[in-house]
Amino acid sequence: MKKQLLAAFIGLNITAVAQAATPSAEEMWEIIQQQQEQISTLKEQLSNNDSRISETEIIAEATISAVEQISLAPAASSKTTLGGYGEVHYNNLEKDDGIGDKNEVDFHRFVLFTSHQFTDSIRFFSELEVEHSIAGDGQVGEVELEQAFIEWDISANQSAKAGLFLMPIGIINETHEPNTFYGTERNNVEKYIIPATWWEAGAALNGELAQGLSYDIAAHSGLFMDDGEYKPRDGRQKVGKAKADDMAFTGRLKYTAIPGLELATSVQRQNDVRQGEGEGISGTLIETHLAWQKNDFQLRALYAAWDFDTAINDIKQGADEQTGFYIEPSYKLTDKIGVFARFSEYDNTAGSSVDSAVEQFDIGINYWLHPNVVFKMDYQDQDNNSGTGSDGFNIGVGFSY
Amino acid sequence: MFNSAYNRIFFVGLLATTLLASPLLSAKGVFQSGPDFFAEVFAPHKPQSKVLWMTADIRQQAEKILDRPVVGLRVRYHQLDGKTAWILEEIGKEMPITIGVVINQHKIAKVKILAYRESRGGEVRYPAYMAQYEGAVLTDQRKLDKSIDGITGATLSVWAVNKVAALALYYHGLVNPVESTNGQSK
Repeated sequence: MKKQLLAAFIGLNITAVAQAATPSAEEMWEIIQQQQEQISTLKEQLSNNDSRISETEIIAEATISAVEQISLAPAASSKTTLGGYGEVHYNNLEKDDGIGDKNEVDFHRFVLFTSHQFTDSIRFFSELEVEHSIAGDGQVGEVELEQAFIEWDISANQSAKAGLFLMPIGIINETHEPNTFYGTERNNVEKYIIPATWWEAGAALNGELAQGLSYDIAAHSGLFMDDGEYKPRDGRQKVGKAKADDMAFTGRLKYTAIPGLELATSVQRQNDVRQGEGEGISGTLIETHLAWQKNDFQLRALYAAWDFDTAINDIKQGADEQTGFYIEPSYKLTDKIGVFARFSEYDNTAGSSVDSAVEQFDIGINYWLHPNVVFKMDYQDQDNNSGTGSDGFNIGVGFSY
Repeated sequence: MFNSAYNRIFFVGLLATTLLASPLLSAKGVFQSGPDFFAEVFAPHKPQSKVLWMTADIRQQAEKILDRPVVGLRVRYHQLDGKTAWILEEIGKEMPITIGVVINQHKIAKVKILAYRESRGGEVRYPAYMAQYEGAVLTDQRKLDKSIDGITGATLSVWAVNKVAALALYYHGLVNPVESTNGQSK
């Protein structure tokens, strides 16, 4: 009996619970409507949040871009750039004949570069130099404009330039910042035969013929050897009211397809180094060089030879041939320290039967305090048949920026 | 002034040289766009575009590598698994060189000159020059562990590429920390 009563009681409760848990269709519809309303509200809120997040991202992007643009602006927007280099030398040299020993310190060169980019394809470049620290009447130094030209990229692989530019000859004539070469002083072959640093006024074309094969070709002002002069170095007019009766032409082929290797040869034709005064003297310079770097080892070798009309022999016997060469192995012991040796020989009267060559052996060290700051020390042993060679050491400090 | 046979030979030579110089060769200009570079590097997959924010410490290290002040708040890069690709710019002598660098497993997989604007040193873009960088890793001094044979007269262009290659390796290390033996990144 008790069991029956209990079962009836449970049954009633279940029915009551079931009736309470199962809403009617109307109640269900009401619940769905309420839930739908809540979903719509939430969706709207979510959409607003998304919109705000997206807007925040856009604002952040715009702000960052603006800040970057402002912070980049001074460097990126400057079309005019400045640079330069300089070198101080101390020479302690004794002459073999004991006459004219050299013991002096000299701020040999101080140079300022200025360039301006007119457009992506048109630019100006200049190099203004003070040599030997002080210039003026009776002073030892000079102020020189060594480069000032307009360069124009005609196409992707060809450029033209006009103005005053460096001759495309040799290794150091175009690249002579002190941190780029060994030895306190520049080598004698490029100085007395080529003669570096050498610039003229005119027009030039430069471009690539094939991958790793480039050319330079230029028409420009010529040398002028005044009465009694026969060395190319003396004939540089430096484009100062220069005589332009007869111009000169230079061409160069350069091969650089293999990393670390440069092979180049230049030819120059001087129509008349007397520039119409007296008997004409024409001349041809042939120069060829190799610069090879493999890991820490580097080798530079250069040969240059002038062939002038024999009429020049009336000024100086044997000056119709003027030749020189050097070979310079070097080795970088560390990133900062490099050692070199150089043997060179040059002769401004190689056409004579008398041995008038100047031979020089150099050995030295470069210490790069910074890739653009170098300290140099070297010893030189110079000999010639006239006994006027100079032996001794040179110390220098140079920089470029 | 223009009366000798030499002058005539010169001008004929000048004309011939100009004609020979094929316009198909490009010593200067933009060689490849950024999107094309990334597409080529990760093909056929699509990498994730990411941003490295320049914190004070990162900026300081980047300035040491480049040896100049570094501006900008972020560096964009692309990544797929352990491979990242970066497009960075550095001035050679006067003009910026745009350089693409791909790093895979902390080694340089590829360096490519995307744009070259300097007057000299365009040889640096040749595949033979770029191939020298492959496999290079960063030393503790944050320099490349390989010696790169340069270009006589255009040392600055090679230095610029060296610095960018080292910087990309440094950035890659930041976004892909090397796991040390105790399981912590270093």
